[in-house]
Order: sequence, then structure tokens, then C-alpha cells
Amino acid sequence: MPEIRNFTLNFGPAHPAAHGVLRLVLEMDGEMIVRADPHIGLLHRGTEKLVESKPYNQSIGYMDRLDYVSMMCNEHGYVLAIEKLLGIEVPIRAQYIRTMFDEITRILNHLLWIAGHSLDVGAMTMFLYAFREREDLMDAYEAVSGARLHATYYRPGGVNRDLPDSMPQYEKTRWRDEAEVKRQNANRQGSLLDFLEDFTNRFPGKVDEYETLLTDNRIWKQRLVGVGVVSPERALQMGFTGPMLRGSGFAWDLRKKQPYAAYSQIDFDIPVGTNGDSYDRYLVRIEEMRQSNRIIKQCIDWLRHHQGPVRSDNHKVTPPKRADMKHDMEALIHHFKLMTEGYCLPEGEAYAAIEHPKGEFACYLISDGANKPYRLKIRAPGFAHLSGMNEMARGHMLSDVVAIIGSQDIVFGEVDR
Amino acid sequence: MSSKIEELQTYLNTHLEGKFTSSVLALGELTLEIPARSWLDVCNFLRHDEQTQFEQLSDLCGVDYIAYGKAEWDTHASSTGFSRAVQAPSVDPFDFDQAKIKDEPSEAVAGKRFAVVVHLLSIKRNRRIRLRTFCEDNAYPVVPSVVRIWNSANWYEREAFDLFGIMFNHHPDLRRILTDYGFIGHPLRKDFPLAGQVEMRYDPLQKRVIYEPVSIVTQPGVPRVIRQDQPSIASQERDN
Repeated sequence: MPEIRNFTLNFGPAHPAAHGVLRLVLEMDGEMIVRADPHIGLLHRGTEKLVESKPYNQSIGYMDRLDYVSMMCNEHGYVLAIEKLLGIEVPIRAQYIRTMFDEITRILNHLLWIAGHSLDVGAMTMFLYAFREREDLMDAYEAVSGARLHATYYRPGGVNRDLPDSMPQYEKTRWRDEAEVKRQNANRQGSLLDFLEDFTNRFPGKVDEYETLLTDNRIWKQRLVGVGVVSPERALQMGFTGPMLRGSGFAWDLRKKQPYAAYSQIDFDIPVGTNGDSYDRYLVRIEEMRQSNRIIKQCIDWLRHHQGPVRSDNHKVTPPKRADMKHDMEALIHHFKLMTEGYCLPEGEAYAAIEHPKGEFACYLISDGANKPYRLKIRAPGFAHLSGMNEMARGHMLSDVVAIIGSQDIVFGEVDR
Repeated sequence: MSSKIEELQTYLNTHLEGKFTSSVLALGELTLEIPARSWLDVCNFLRHDEQTQFEQLSDLCGVDYIAYGKAEWDTHASSTGFSRAVQAPSVDPFDFDQAKIKDEPSEAVAGKRFAVVVHLLSIKRNRRIRLRTFCEDNAYPVVPSVVRIWNSANWYEREAFDLFGIMFNHHPDLRRILTDYGFIGHPLRKDFPLAGQVEMRYDPLQKRVIYEPVSIVTQPGVPRVIRQDQPSIASQERDN
């Protein structure tokens, strides 16, 4: 009688479906998972340690690099924590800009998620479709901050600058003739808001396209329905948030329940799943893209009709205008102090949570009154989700693990920090 | 929102009397400070009581309070003027054989050094609360694990162990999580150098990856300053 025993399989860290650098040690009984042990930390950069050695404003850029597909949302969590401790007011126009860019970021994130998820499961086309739309949104990032990904656009007290009146244009090259350039620039003639409005008009049709490809697709449903089922009680126990929690049937959304920025002024719905499986989470995220589109539309409308400052005029925190510095001594001193030493936060602690595309992203900030954080703990949604991997994957086939990783929407920048 | 928190505070004051040392309400957030011996009692109560029902543990983290309130640059004006710049700290080179011994806290600290901070969320009542407990022993910090109450604490406690060296009693699987396999030390402790202690490179002679003490010297950038003379920004905002 030969001895039958489980064998261990090493999945990743360089597996294309591991979404970065996940190393999974899987204990298998034949084709079935008995135990999944994720090994994380291969992308650990010590963000929390680095932040302690720098003045507050110099760490905003690190936040972009946490979850590197939803950059501005990370910044939002960080600046909210600082603003909470400082007790400063953010101008209403900046609130709306933040709301709009949070939703742009949500669409960016969900597009990358659906691209990666469907590619893992075997649908190549979705990847190309999703990146087509991402391009437009990254152009919006570029127009407002100069960078397509790591924007560093949100600042304590507002945003870095107001929305631009013109969009960057494509130029003629050896590979791109006049007619092609004209076609590409057609929707870039007006301001950023015009460009985004054009996008929001097109986008629901694009989501329909994705749904035509996937929602009733037999292979897609075979791979997702009933895979990685999480009951509502377990979802709470394991610390799931965002679409992972809503997929299990909780209508819990911080934008509605604990509103920040301008969300209390805006009309939108929270999609909720019923079965808690990967397919429900897919449906929730698809609907979230449509809702985000709705929110962006409302923000564009508001921003068109309301001008105003986009940064607090408290120059202990935000730099004064360049023109003022030329003749006002006070402004010059403020600028110098701000750029060298930074500002000191009052002693205390604050926990600021936002509804990040992946779940609850929060910054827990402890200040001892210095110009640098004493401790910054970043609560990343993906960390809690990945810790539930063992439970979600147990009893499933090896190929389902890939579907579960995809459905968790894991990005290692935030898990490892 | 804030009145709901005040209600919670009075409720806890009556029902958990004597189990926590302080309850502070600041910036709309309630913080309970709990001695380690009643840590599990309080957690169990908050999780299961009908009025609190904190079903979810959002976050758990360690904090090292050894350098709290210490600045690198004295900004009090005196007759001799300000002190200048910051001296680079002298660091002994890392010694692999001594590593385990050096891991112990080098200086005696007044008061308790390590704390574990937990953030709870009640979805049913839409409330948050923060709990903090200090470890009794600075050299061997231990806290009872809350994994059985909230399963999500599992990885958070592993992380706190990895980064701070805080032990969690009855944790099912207390391993390192974020740092490298075979890592020495606890990187988020305040006495751990920013640049780390070892660096890794491929050695062509031995044909393998080797670890060596770090060769770079960290230059202090912006000095850490605590300003008491600066009027609070928040109060200034109110005056405007």
C-alpha cells in the first residue's frame, strides 16, 4: 500500500497571476487546496518607518506608491488625518475636486482590476479594452498634476492647484500624421472639465461593452459563480471592507455612512451582492464604476458653476502665492519655514478612514507636537483581504486560487507597505 | 455623530467601571486605555454587548513610545542663540554574533515603552472606538491575543510582532510577516536605524548572496522639532 500524503506547491512570487509579488505556499490534496499560506513582504519598503523621518508634506508622495493603482485615494486618507489633527477647513471647491478625483481613481482602479482579473481567468480582450479607457483618465491625472500615476496632488488644506483650462495635446510625429492627430485631439479642445464630461458621456457605453463580454459569458460564470464564497458573518470577522464586504450583502460604504469631502452633497447608490461569491463581487464593482461615473458628472456640474480657492489660506500649512512672496516679507518667511522645516502638528492622535476603491483605507497618525509624524499606521484594505485567503481558498481547485486572488483585487504596494 | 460617541462613553463608564484606566474623547474619537490584565475582558464585552457590538477589528498596531516628545533641535531662544544643525548619531557597526543581545533595549526607559492600539468598528451602530494597552515589561512585551474575538487580528498581530517584537499570548501562528526570511531585529522600534543594519549583495567569489553591515551613513535631513512657541494652528483658525 503506497503512502498517500499531501504535497506542497509554491505559487509565485513571480507568477503572472500573483498580481505582483505574492508567494503562496499551497498544501494540496491532489488538485484541491487544503491550506493556503500567503507569504507577503516581498515589496516591503518600510513606508511607515520612512514617514517618521520626514516632515509631513514630504511624505505625500509615499502614499501614491502604496496602492499604486489608486494613487489619489491614498493621498486623501493621509491628508485627511493631518487635517483632522490640525483642525483646518478645506475650501468647498477643493472638496469637490477631491471627490471627483477620488471617483476617477475608483474607475482607474476597477478598470485595472477587471483587466487583470479577466486576464487571469482567460479573457484577453478585456485587458485591451480596460487600458483604452484608463488612458483617458490618466490624461486627466496628467493635466492636473503633471504626472500620469504618482500625482502628489492632494495637500493638507486643499489640492495643489486649480483645474487647468486646457488639455495637453497630441503632436504630429513620424508615426502619427496630421489627420490622426486631429482625431486624437478632437475632445481635448476645451478645459479638463470638458474632456471629463466627454468621457462620462462615453463611459457607460464602454461598461456595457465589458458586460456584454463577461456578465453572461458561460466560461466567466463557470470560473466565478460559487467560488470564494464569504458569508456575511465571516466577512466581518475577517476584517473585509469595500466591495468584499458589499459582495456579501452589507450596504456599508464610508462615503454614505461617514461622509468626507463632498460626498454628503452627492447622489449615488451603493450596490450590494447577495451570495458573497466572486461573481457577486464582480457585479458590485461593475456597478460601482457606473455610480462613480454618476458622481463625476455631478462634480463636473458643480465645479463649472462655482469658482473659489482650492487651498486653505492658512499659510502655516499651505504655501503662499508666488506673487505675494515678491513683496510681502511675511509670505516669504512662511514659504521658507514651510519648505524647510514644515509645520508642527498639535499633540494628539487621529484615525481618518476613507472608502478606497478596495475597501477601508485609513491612516492612524500619532503626533507628539513635532514637524514629523511620531507614528503613522496605514490600514490597508488588501492586507485584511489577503489574510482571508486561506479560508476563501480552502476546498477549491488550484485554478480557483487565481480567480480568488483576482476577485480580492490585491495590490502589493499597499499590502506590504 | 459626536453625541453618539458621548453616549457610548457614558455607557462604557458605567458598564466597564474599573476595567480601564482612562477614557478620552478627542477630535470625535473615543480612546480607552486598558491595563493588560483586563484587555480580553473589555474586548469581549465590546464585541458581544448589545449596546456596543463592535463586530469588526479595523486595525491593530504597535507603537513604540521610547522617543515620544524628544526633539533633535532645541528651538527655545536663549542669550546664546539657537543651537545649530544636528549631529549625525554615532552608530556601531552591526555585529552578527552580538545581534541577538543587541536586540534587547539598550537604555533603561522610564515608564512603559510598547503599546498595542486597536481600532474597532461597529457597522450596526456606525461607531468607532480606539483601545490602547501598554505592555508591562519593556524587555519582553506581551499582550493577550484577540484573534479568537476578531479573526482579522491574526495578521495584524503578526505584523506588530514582526515590526515591534511585541508577543501575543495564545496567538495561533506568531511568525514574522513583512520582513525578510531570517531577518534580525524589529525595524519599527525607535532605536532601529532608518537605513537598517545589514545590506545584501551578490558576491561573485562565493557565488551567492551575502549580507554585510550597512556601509552608508544616514545624514540627518530636516531636524525633528517640537515647537511650543508656535501658536496652535487650530486655535488660530478659530480666531479668523
